[in-house]
Amino acid sequence: MSETFTSRGFFGKHRQDGPAERVPPGQYITSDFPVLSAGPTPYTPQDQWSFEINGLVKKSLRWTWAEFLKLPSRHYTVDIHCVTKWSKLDTEWEGISVDTLLESAGVDPKAEYLVAFCDGGYTTNMSLREVTGGKAFVGYRYAGSPLAPEHGGPARLVVPQLYFWKSAKWVRGLTLLEKDAPGFWETLGYNNHGDPWKEERYRGD
Amino acid sequence: MKRLLEWQIAAVRAIKVETPRVKTFTLALPAWSPHRAGQHYDLRLTAPDGYQAQRSYSIASGPEKTGEIDLTIERLEDGEVSSYMHDVLVVGDQVELRGPIGGYFVWEAGQSNPLLLIAGGSGVVPLMAMIRHRSAVGSTVPTRLLYSSRTFEDIIYRQELEKLSNARSGLEVFHTLTRSQPLDWVGYARRIDLHMLEDVAKPLGDDFRAFICGPTPLVEAAANGLVSLGVPADRVRTERFGPTGGA
Repeated sequence: MSETFTSRGFFGKHRQDGPAERVPPGQYITSDFPVLSAGPTPYTPQDQWSFEINGLVKKSLRWTWAEFLKLPSRHYTVDIHCVTKWSKLDTEWEGISVDTLLESAGVDPKAEYLVAFCDGGYTTNMSLREVTGGKAFVGYRYAGSPLAPEHGGPARLVVPQLYFWKSAKWVRGLTLLEKDAPGFWETLGYNNHGDPWKEERYRGD
Repeated sequence: MKRLLEWQIAAVRAIKVETPRVKTFTLALPAWSPHRAGQHYDLRLTAPDGYQAQRSYSIASGPEKTGEIDLTIERLEDGEVSSYMHDVLVVGDQVELRGPIGGYFVWEAGQSNPLLLIAGGSGVVPLMAMIRHRSAVGSTVPTRLLYSSRTFEDIIYRQELEKLSNARSGLEVFHTLTRSQPLDWVGYARRIDLHMLEDVAKPLGDDFRAFICGPTPLVEAAANGLVSLGVPADRVRTERFGPTGGA
């Protein structure tokens, strides 16, 4: 039905903006870095900031900002895809692999899922598989500068293979769980998984 | 798997010029369902060879307008979808839509707290849905709209807002014009700042809910400003505009 629908007089003038194999369906390339968030930007002083790994781990851990920066970091160049249709290619980050954080705490074999929690009360959930094996990191520098507050600074989770709402801004820790526990947008009509290549935007997609 | 939100083919029933850069499209939906004020629809265009472009647009109409929705769309320079909507689409054409979408930036007339609405440019659209919904059900919840536009000509819904706020309905509208003002202008003439927020918010007491929509710098200024005035962050809901949003 809708497969045969065409829009009269529409030819698509931006289709060459990015290489097709890197632009998921329904997305367009942007060169700026749009900001989306549901409430005011939180500003947590560095001396009150910490990052925690808790839940189903052998030992709950908590790092202060100074301790966190001493963990081994890496540079990442990733494409990001927002459910509001923009994608941005080759974004450059510095951060700490989630593998590094989880290895320090020791993952309980029963753990299958996690919830990222944040300043401002935001949460998002995903399977542990989505963040292990080098797939995700906690980024604190973007394009060579400290990550700006409106983009999630001092630190945000980055899970580039999922829609960007999974890349929780102002992240303060991860809770490992045996059962899946839908987060903020996941309980407000958005997809539980959020794979941009399958266009899993909303519940039921 | 069956999508819960199916694409449907909507017919363009009317096009209204709101300002030199903004038009409202009235779209008839074969499977219309009532939305919550503040929600959006996704709109999809398809080229003859199958190439598609999608964007999200806030609903401007209230849920009391059944069978159709109004989308008010600003024409963005170089906007692939907005320029098509403005330059090509005519009454009788069709577009694909799915929605309504979004469950956080929404307001329902049953909520009794006073309402502070802050808009920049076409960010007024989802707030207008709230105002229309409020007015359609006869709500008298004290409501203040602070609306920032570049010039007088850029004010969207100016006459309707004037009418609705003159009806002793508990709605008050405060305009600020940031780029130029008519000679006899009595409204604000600067970007939204702390003093302006305080002026507008104070009479609402300390139990209001705030909805802010516009470009990122305005949303940041207004949301951070309210928090610094002591408004709890969980009473401030924001929606930012993508393509022109911050660096």
